[in-house]
Amino acid sequence: MLEIKNLKASINDKLILKGLNLNIKDGELHAVMGPNGSGKSTLANVLSGKNGYEISGDLKFKGQSLAEIPVEERAQKGIFLAFQYPLEIPGVNTNNFLKTSLNSVRKATGKKELDTLSFLKLVKDKSLELGIDEKILSRQLNVGFSGGEKKKNEILQMKILDPAFSILDETDSGLDIDALKIIAKGVNSSRANNKSFLVITHYQRLLDYIKPDFVHVLSDGKIVKTGCSDLAKELEKTGYKKIN
Amino acid sequence: MRKEELQKAKDYKYGFTTDVESIRAPKGLNEEVIKFISKIKKEPAWMLDWRIKAYNRLKKIKEPNWQKPKYPKINYQDLYYYSAPKSAKDKPKSLDEVDPKLIETYNKLGIPLKEQEKLSGVAVDAVFDSVSVATTFKDKLTEKGIIFCPISEAIQKHPNLVKKYLGSVIPVTDHYFATLNSAVFTDGSFVYIPEGVRCPMELSTYFRINASETGQFERTLIIADKGSYVSYLEGCTAPMRDENQLHAANVELIALDDAEIKYSTVQNWYPGDKDGKGGIYNFVTKRGACRGKNSKISWTQVETGSAITWKYPSCILQGDNSVGEFYSIAITNNHQKADTGTKMIHLGKNTKSKIISKGISAGYADNTYRGLVDINKKALNARNYTQCDSLLMGNKCGAHTVPYIKNKNYCSIVEHEATTSKINEDQLYYCNQRGLNQEEAIGLIVNGFCKEVLQQLPMEFAVEAQKLVGISLEGSVG
Repeated sequence: MLEIKNLKASINDKLILKGLNLNIKDGELHAVMGPNGSGKSTLANVLSGKNGYEISGDLKFKGQSLAEIPVEERAQKGIFLAFQYPLEIPGVNTNNFLKTSLNSVRKATGKKELDTLSFLKLVKDKSLELGIDEKILSRQLNVGFSGGEKKKNEILQMKILDPAFSILDETDSGLDIDALKIIAKGVNSSRANNKSFLVITHYQRLLDYIKPDFVHVLSDGKIVKTGCSDLAKELEKTGYKKIN
Repeated sequence: MRKEELQKAKDYKYGFTTDVESIRAPKGLNEEVIKFISKIKKEPAWMLDWRIKAYNRLKKIKEPNWQKPKYPKINYQDLYYYSAPKSAKDKPKSLDEVDPKLIETYNKLGIPLKEQEKLSGVAVDAVFDSVSVATTFKDKLTEKGIIFCPISEAIQKHPNLVKKYLGSVIPVTDHYFATLNSAVFTDGSFVYIPEGVRCPMELSTYFRINASETGQFERTLIIADKGSYVSYLEGCTAPMRDENQLHAANVELIALDDAEIKYSTVQNWYPGDKDGKGGIYNFVTKRGACRGKNSKISWTQVETGSAITWKYPSCILQGDNSVGEFYSIAITNNHQKADTGTKMIHLGKNTKSKIISKGISAGYADNTYRGLVDINKKALNARNYTQCDSLLMGNKCGAHTVPYIKNKNYCSIVEHEATTSKINEDQLYYCNQRGLNQEEAIGLIVNGFCKEVLQQLPMEFAVEAQKLVGISLEGSVG
């Protein structure tokens, strides 16, 4: 699914990712943990193609280099990023945004665009499945949403767009236990042989609900340790300092 | 076609001219030309006198110059004041008799009259250059006693109504461009809704500037008698041209007791090229009088075209409890300039006004909201709410808000809110990450910004306007 070789990324001449290697196979779920400032969000941004980074190294998605591919095309190819801080867009109806988004992706992949009725049915099914109140969908996109509602909305979007590769950038931060369970449900119900996940988190807590195949520790722009889910538990006890 | 011509044609979708022979008055502005126009329109003597009175006034006054966008001096003697498609001289009795070339133009504009007649339920009084060539749905409207016809026809057939109301909201002496229009106006629409009648369809006029170097001096007069209702749509496109063209229309609305007029405009005239060459000067006077008690006038405008837009659709709230509304979107890109807003003159008791203005600037454009809220001593308990939002794209454009507020009594309330924001890179990134390309993303964000105004538009206009908002800003973010 995703191959990262010796990835370096800097912003404003400051080197943040310093030669990162990561290989995510089809069907795998990888968790990336690490202290503040270790480059976790930069990794998420760089994978999604955000502008403003100076990048070197190899980045391949489904065997194809991502080097020259802009954000929207990566999204259309099936890379999804659940934002740490989802943006508010006043005046834009959430349903309308989601429909535009879904149809852009469908169009790009040669599928027929969904009409409003089929779209609304899809949305209803998915929100019911996750236990999300669909009322948030008739509100302006993320405007006046609580932190939890914003994150749930991200996961609902993930379910509806049904991407091959999903990145969750600290989606669990600041969530209560009920919201956390909804996020976990969204991920667990999406897992399949042809889908992969990169879950970025500070805490081991989320990993009680989502079982990763691998856990990586990111420190100072590099992956310094890789293990199975036990590694997360160990980190919880010892903290990041002992790892180096 | 050469490459650059192709590019030009692509840049402005409606940039084509139809090859129709024109009848023209000789160049220049003088009494002879005014007599020529009056004669060709078969006007009665009182109408010619009215024009001459305006012309005499015009000779004594000067163009206003307080507006923000400056423009090169206009040589009024170098313009044609009358130009009509020749084939329209003998007025067509039905659409079949209309010059096929004209029909072709309308088809290119996407308003096939015949289909519109059947499908959309919109009556179209199509103005091609200066003469109305086709009026549809007349029968249905006639049944209800509604008059919807070219103003030149109304002058002949309904002289009493025209005499009573023409110039009653915008006097011939008002200001330079309004006075100029009064002297030389060629055609436009006339609407009269009788007492207690709710107009069963949206009335719509498409204006179109065609012949080279022809100023457009349209005149529209809408009267809603007691307890009546009408919604009127005005939409415009113009072919591309290098020379600047002056457009100085006058629109007068009159609402009597308990009557309501909703007037919606989508203005998409040629804005000039990317370097600011060419484009229309859109210097229009629009004013409505809420003459009766409980009457209401609502202006909605989406201004995306023209090199310079300079207009203040206004409401004079004379009747007690009358309501004036102004909803505006003004989009300026490249070198376009807009100085637009409204005037709400509160005279009656308990009068209310609401102003929602959304200005969007991109490229090197400059966008000014200028508005006056004037509450008279006798307008007790008057109420105004104003909201002006500006959105900037890039760092070479400008947005300005110039509100004038005069509250002359102790019990009226005026509120003014204003915001200025820049289109946010992170919002764009968020949309891109969901698969939307840059232009879709901008269209979405800007449409969201304009939502309160867009939702005031009638359905058939709203869809068109939403697309237009996106198209107008194409290429504005790198």
